[in-house]
Amino acid sequence: MDLEVIYSYIPRFVEAFWLTLKIGWFGILIAFIVGILTAFAVHFKIPVLSKIAGIYIEIFRNTPLLVQLFFIYFGLPKLGIRVSAESCGAVGLGLLGGSYMAEAIRSGLDAISLAQTESALALGMKKTQVFKYIILPEAFSLSVPAIVANLIFLLKETSVFSAISLMDLMFTAKDLIGLYYDTTETLFLLVIFYLIMLLPVSLIGNAVEKKYRYRMLGQ
Amino acid sequence: MSAEAKEILTVKEITKRFDDIQVLDRVSLQVKSGEVVVIVGPSGCGKSTFLRCLNALEDIQEGEVILDGEVINPTNSGLSKAREKIGMVFQSYELFPHKTVLQNLTLAPMKVKKVGKKEAEEEALKLLDRVGLLSKKDNYPRQLSGGQKQRVAIIRALMMHPEILLLDEITAALDPEMVREVLDVVLSLAAEGRTMMIVTHEMQFARAVADRMIFIDGGRIVEEGAPDDFFDRPKTDRLRKFLNSFSYESCGQTT
Repeated sequence: MDLEVIYSYIPRFVEAFWLTLKIGWFGILIAFIVGILTAFAVHFKIPVLSKIAGIYIEIFRNTPLLVQLFFIYFGLPKLGIRVSAESCGAVGLGLLGGSYMAEAIRSGLDAISLAQTESALALGMKKTQVFKYIILPEAFSLSVPAIVANLIFLLKETSVFSAISLMDLMFTAKDLIGLYYDTTETLFLLVIFYLIMLLPVSLIGNAVEKKYRYRMLGQ
Repeated sequence: MSAEAKEILTVKEITKRFDDIQVLDRVSLQVKSGEVVVIVGPSGCGKSTFLRCLNALEDIQEGEVILDGEVINPTNSGLSKAREKIGMVFQSYELFPHKTVLQNLTLAPMKVKKVGKKEAEEEALKLLDRVGLLSKKDNYPRQLSGGQKQRVAIIRALMMHPEILLLDEITAALDPEMVREVLDVVLSLAAEGRTMMIVTHEMQFARAVADRMIFIDGGRIVEEGAPDDFFDRPKTDRLRKFLNSFSYESCGQTT
């Protein structure tokens, strides 16, 4: 492996790293918002909305991100809507992630027994207070492992962004290999940068998980 | 309990149906301040449902529940106010698992009654001390035994200063050696004049704590009376049969 080559590639990877991270986190933000709303619609069986939410979840969970991105990137302009590749990536990731987050959050909400609600009501709490102080925090604790797994999954999924010509980590690596054939060095850097992005998420996720799970369920 | 003690709770002919199944059939009852009423009956007779109707955890199809002169109305916005006055303890404890023992006690007073944190914690610590759990104040519920959890659940209800306490089979999920510690707390509450309605299967405890016994079967009050009469001189066949099922000699005789 040629260290010179590695050094010279680092700036391009750093740039790609920030782009990947930026789109990744925007996508995750969208995923959280969509996921929470969808989970509420399904859990509380809100008429009409819960049906739509159910259909949305099944469509986006069961199609690859690449296909979704193609639809948004090449399909929307046909309808006269122009979107940048970056927003396309964030929205695509957000919609895929939303369906996964919805299921994670819903499973947490569904796991809280009715008796918990009843005991809080019996103490004189209003329904909104019960939700805010009892159901939501408990459901969150139970959902943490699934949410962390989703975060890691979604950040890794950013690797298909290269297909809509976003200069993310994967695109940069392919580009460099195509130009200079330094396959070993480039792939080495690619792995390193993905690890730099994902290890902190994984480690922080583990810590959060431990903290909340310990309270609820034990070690 | 003085004879002229005022009535706290009046239950007027309440009827409860789950779809086609009649669970409670025009049950009426009055509870005076400081009175301890113990309800027994075979499982599925409607006694737990009866308690749950009192604070509108179950809706009723007919009749009304009057607390302190006010009708409890499930559709009323004042329902949560009424529930503040009715403490309830459940068979499965239902402590909040994500909160410490202390937080379990102070949550409702702080959020519902807007009591200050310091004040709420002071009272919580006093009550914890009383039930011998002061050292557990920073533990999470999962670190407590069943008996300890139930003692916390009882004082959590007390934190709201309820006028009446409903105890729904609070020892039914406990290991036998833990039943005592929980029932001792209840006995001490009775001794200080708390108004309580208790559903239980612990007959000896019932006899010790009750001012009045009630036997519910098939969704109706079949018999009621002072504990001594109730246990020693039951008037109805159904109660006699029910009480017999708790003594093992009778099983030996019939087989």
